[in-house]
Amino acid sequence: MIEIKDLHKSYKMGSNSLHVLKGINFKVEEGELVAIMGSSGSGKSTLLNILGMLDEADSGSYDLDGIPIKNLNETKAANYRNKFLGFIFQSFNLINYKTALENVALPLYYQKMPRKQRQEKAMKYLEQVGLKEWSHHLPSELSGGQKQRVAIARAMVAEPKVLLADELTGALDSTTSYEVMELIQNINDQGNTILVVTHEPDIAQMCKRIVHLKDGVIVKDEKIKQVRAKAHV
Amino acid sequence: MFSRDTWQEIFLTIRKNKLRTVLSGFTVSLGILIFVGLVGLTNGLQNTFEYFFSQDATNVIYIFPGRTSIPYKGYKSLRQIEFENSDLEDIKKDFPMFLEYISPRIFRSALVKYKEESNNYTTIGVDWGQQFAEKTIMMKGRYINQEDVKNRTKNAVIGRLVEQDLFGSMNSMGKYIDVGGSVFKVVGVFQDDGGDNEERQVYIPYTTRQLIEKNTDKIGQIVIGFKEELGYTGAMAFQRSLEKYLKQKKFISPEDENGFFVRNVAENLKQNQDFAGVLAIIAALVAFGTIIAGIIGISNIMVYVVKERTKEIGIRKAIGATPRSVISVILLESVFITTISGFLGMILGIALLSSLGNTLMDDYFIRNPGIGTGLAIFATLLLILFGTLAGYVPAKRAARIKPIVALRDE
Repeated sequence: MIEIKDLHKSYKMGSNSLHVLKGINFKVEEGELVAIMGSSGSGKSTLLNILGMLDEADSGSYDLDGIPIKNLNETKAANYRNKFLGFIFQSFNLINYKTALENVALPLYYQKMPRKQRQEKAMKYLEQVGLKEWSHHLPSELSGGQKQRVAIARAMVAEPKVLLADELTGALDSTTSYEVMELIQNINDQGNTILVVTHEPDIAQMCKRIVHLKDGVIVKDEKIKQVRAKAHV
Repeated sequence: MFSRDTWQEIFLTIRKNKLRTVLSGFTVSLGILIFVGLVGLTNGLQNTFEYFFSQDATNVIYIFPGRTSIPYKGYKSLRQIEFENSDLEDIKKDFPMFLEYISPRIFRSALVKYKEESNNYTTIGVDWGQQFAEKTIMMKGRYINQEDVKNRTKNAVIGRLVEQDLFGSMNSMGKYIDVGGSVFKVVGVFQDDGGDNEERQVYIPYTTRQLIEKNTDKIGQIVIGFKEELGYTGAMAFQRSLEKYLKQKKFISPEDENGFFVRNVAENLKQNQDFAGVLAIIAALVAFGTIIAGIIGISNIMVYVVKERTKEIGIRKAIGATPRSVISVILLESVFITTISGFLGMILGIALLSSLGNTLMDDYFIRNPGIGTGLAIFATLLLILFGTLAGYVPAKRAARIKPIVALRDE
């Protein structure tokens, strides 16, 4: 599903250049649930942003489901993000003046799906994350866990090839974190490919594979026995 | 672009950001309101100028006798110049292509009596042309005519207020009044827009006045109506050759400015029109400045809007908003607010002007202030257009922000 080869990325900090990714090679197959682990500054978020087409690599190749992601103009990148990728952020990033339902339906709006159809589909995904009754509430009226569920529904609604989660439990307490991870595991069980960036070992243990990143290189890439979140809830 | 979804999106953001909407709308409304008000008031001022000059004909030259100040051809200075009947005839004969009419004006104050009532009025000995120079309007009867002048009749035309003073509610037509000891028959009553003073005058044939004054041929002032086709330059040329002609005829030095005085209404009108024109230009500059200020106001607000919505734009871009859709949402919102509040300000301004009417006439010389609807709409559209252009720059920049940068914005 995802194949990257020899990926490099550096940031200019004034006169200095900060080399963040120093040649990353890795592959993700369909249906995998991968945790990318590393301490802060290891380059894990940069990697995720490049995978998410939110940022561009300096060199190296990136294929998503056989499509080379290279030299995209803004409009094309937007269309690819919309169709291929679903984002889940640490700070939820819901639009605060739109209801849960409107937030979830937004990616479909950019697909120019008719309004009615869009709302039906958004409602279906809200139901899947267990928030059907909260569909007409604003984000400010929801708890942290609920907000993240809305964000997950929004990431799912366009039926993307890959879900990318950046510290999705970072702003949640551990009980809520496990509930959210249970949802992620369920979604993965349905065959969706998910990449999770985290620095919490217990969250990483709930994935099926852990990629350890340190100082811009992969130091360890291991398949693990998945811990089901349900056991903790 | 104008689907229901887009509008819903716009209304939603407007409703969620009331303060911002009100502030930017207010800027635009105020800009247009000031523009409309300023242009309207200037127009009112110009109306007043035109009104003043519409009192009397503008194709008129008045010549007043004076005293020479330079000795010339054996004549000493300080010689009193007087005009005579022959001067009228000569001007008539030598300037036929310029002339429409010519009339003398002999001013005399006289006690006018009818039965028990009497009062002092200005009597003016005139020819028929004077009616056109003064734009005198006849209420009853007729004006002094050629027959009166030729036959030196004792006919008088009296002002509306003279009739009111002397006759009360009675009809004066055909009645005989005593003008300074001579009996005149009232053949007409006139009104004049020039004010009460002009309606307290009595016109008599100038020849009759001369007869009363021992058959003199002196005529006081000369009023010349020239052909309107001459235009401003033609009138000025006519005035110059007339002055030269009269100086020669009356033996006045060509350099002497005091032998007689000429008032050319066309010249006065031109000066006043020029003055009003300059005033209009200044007002237009200020009004234009207001529009510019309005445009700057909108651009400021747009920059702020984009700044405030950076994170939201980042979120939208992350989930698939194209640059085009980001720009259009921001721009449409600004165009919508600008249009609504622009036309609101315009209508308010026009309503304000028309409610003013003539209430500012007495103190500020502003008469019927108003603005052409075309100009008002043009200014509003201009503001909308440039407001949009001004909004486009920050919107474009917003669309170009990398989503990753925008998402980091707190």
